[in-house]
Amino acid sequence: MSVLDVRSVSKSFGAIRALSEVSFTVAAGEVVGLMGDNGAGKSTMVKLIAGNFPPSDGEIAVDGEVCHFHKPIEARGAGIEVVYQDLALADNLTAAQNVFLGREMKKGLWPFRVLDKQAMINRSANLFAELKSETRPRDLVKKMSGGQRQAVAIARTRLSNAKLVLMDEPTAAISVRQVAEVLELIRRLKSQSVSVMLISHRMPDVFAVCDRIIVMRRGSKVADKATENTSPEEITGLITGAIRDA
Amino acid sequence: MTHSQTDTLKEGHASIGDVVGIREQTAFQKMVASQAFWVGIALFVLVVFMTWLEPSFGTVDNTTNITRNFAPIAIMGLGMTVVLITGGIDLSVGSVMGLVAIVAGLLLTWHQPWYVAFGAGLLAGMACGAFNGFFVAYIGMPSFVVTLGMLSIARSAAVVLSGNQMLYQFGPDAPIVKAIGQAKWPRHTPDGWVPRWIPELSSHFWVMVILALIVGFVFIFTAWARHLFAIGGNEHAARLTGVPVDRVKFQAYVFSAFTASIASLLLLGYSGSAINAMGTGYELRVIAGTVIGGANLMGGYGTAFGAVIGSAFLEVIRNALLMAGIDSNWQGAFVGAFIILAVLLGMQTSGKSLRATLEGMFTWKRK
Repeated sequence: MSVLDVRSVSKSFGAIRALSEVSFTVAAGEVVGLMGDNGAGKSTMVKLIAGNFPPSDGEIAVDGEVCHFHKPIEARGAGIEVVYQDLALADNLTAAQNVFLGREMKKGLWPFRVLDKQAMINRSANLFAELKSETRPRDLVKKMSGGQRQAVAIARTRLSNAKLVLMDEPTAAISVRQVAEVLELIRRLKSQSVSVMLISHRMPDVFAVCDRIIVMRRGSKVADKATENTSPEEITGLITGAIRDA
Repeated sequence: MTHSQTDTLKEGHASIGDVVGIREQTAFQKMVASQAFWVGIALFVLVVFMTWLEPSFGTVDNTTNITRNFAPIAIMGLGMTVVLITGGIDLSVGSVMGLVAIVAGLLLTWHQPWYVAFGAGLLAGMACGAFNGFFVAYIGMPSFVVTLGMLSIARSAAVVLSGNQMLYQFGPDAPIVKAIGQAKWPRHTPDGWVPRWIPELSSHFWVMVILALIVGFVFIFTAWARHLFAIGGNEHAARLTGVPVDRVKFQAYVFSAFTASIASLLLLGYSGSAINAMGTGYELRVIAGTVIGGANLMGGYGTAFGAVIGSAFLEVIRNALLMAGIDSNWQGAFVGAFIILAVLLGMQTSGKSLRATLEGMFTWKRK
């Protein structure tokens, strides 16, 4: 059974039709690349799956169950985690505080139910070690490099047993070495049968890790091909519209 | 930490600190980097200097006065800090004080028991806070606009309710109300178990201490406070990560109004009368105190200790000016100047140093 099943989903914002009749599935442990030019509907698709707003038409099913998300926290409850392009980090907090933001570990009894800081710091340190990241739990995010910030945002998705991790341009603003690390992480998620949807402009990254590539153009899905059956040239043609359909 | 250090030693690499150039701060470094710490030092120096300059400043009686005078400001400062951390501002605290005093005062003149009067006062104050919180958090209006509106509404309501009269003929519970506002501990009793050099500290001061300890505890140890800071740092991120942003912001304004109500009731008890002008202009003193103590007007930073020490600093300056024989009408100018100065100093922590700022200004002028 597929982890994510998007069934002829459409989304309109007033008179603007951002998505029309898009359908696809993501299987467990599958890495799917979502590609398309600016305005092709990638971000709208991600926001729909992440629960930022409901679709105008069609439905989204997670593990075969139809979901109606109205808030990101509901999607997270269903096992969908998102790494946002702006990373959604609070600069004035530390790495560990950001990782656990919104789901802090607590100890003790009410009214003395307090944060279990040491446990959160240890858990974050473990997550960063797993990611082989040079990030320390007690450092302020404000003072971190782009790669370290990325690691904090990715570590956040590993807190829960996410079934599907959506990554919005995770490799857009980081160093070459960090890109390799992020791709390695995606492979590690896959090996733990976590599904990943990678939204990226960087053709080499998508071809390096994805099993399947979905191409969108002007709000519609124009291709859905296994990576071994296609080439960067064909994908480029599909994105720009030089190749009509595949 | 130890884990990663052993790893790097094994691999023979440099430690992270050497490469990245940032080290984890020790508790001492954090303290030295905080504005509240330096204001505390300045306060200490000022007190020592004034005691040397003016013998009547350092007396036990004057200490009693100063600690009682700044306590209501510091109590409201704790509430204001909570709001400032979320990136908002509460301009209505002074007017809320006036309304709370009149509501409680009216009930007392109607011969209601003191706890009914105080309870109703608290409810009226927190209703104002709920109004602020609702329009800021759930409707999404700027806090400046909403609380400025409330500043006017609450004051006007206080004037109307009081019939523009001073209320002082409190019923049978008047002695209890006075006792609450004028209580002191420890007392200089004739048997003299308390040495003379220990000042008699007012109930206002002790309420402030207890509230500051509670707020300090909440700031350091609870998820609620962590959410406050996250909202001030990046509200959008907080929302995306599932922080109940609207609820937390709403609660912040209610808490601010709650502290204003407490301060109002203490002052009501102290003076034994209720006037609708109580707290006029206090919002500025409260904001000045918290900002001097290191709270950031842009949100994301503030401490309970800072709120108290900043308010104490302002009051000591005010007291010192009075003792130096400077016209008390100048106080407003000093409060205003200190707000500007405190924010200017605070800019240092957000990456741009004060010196660079000043240099920038002068080079710009020369052009």
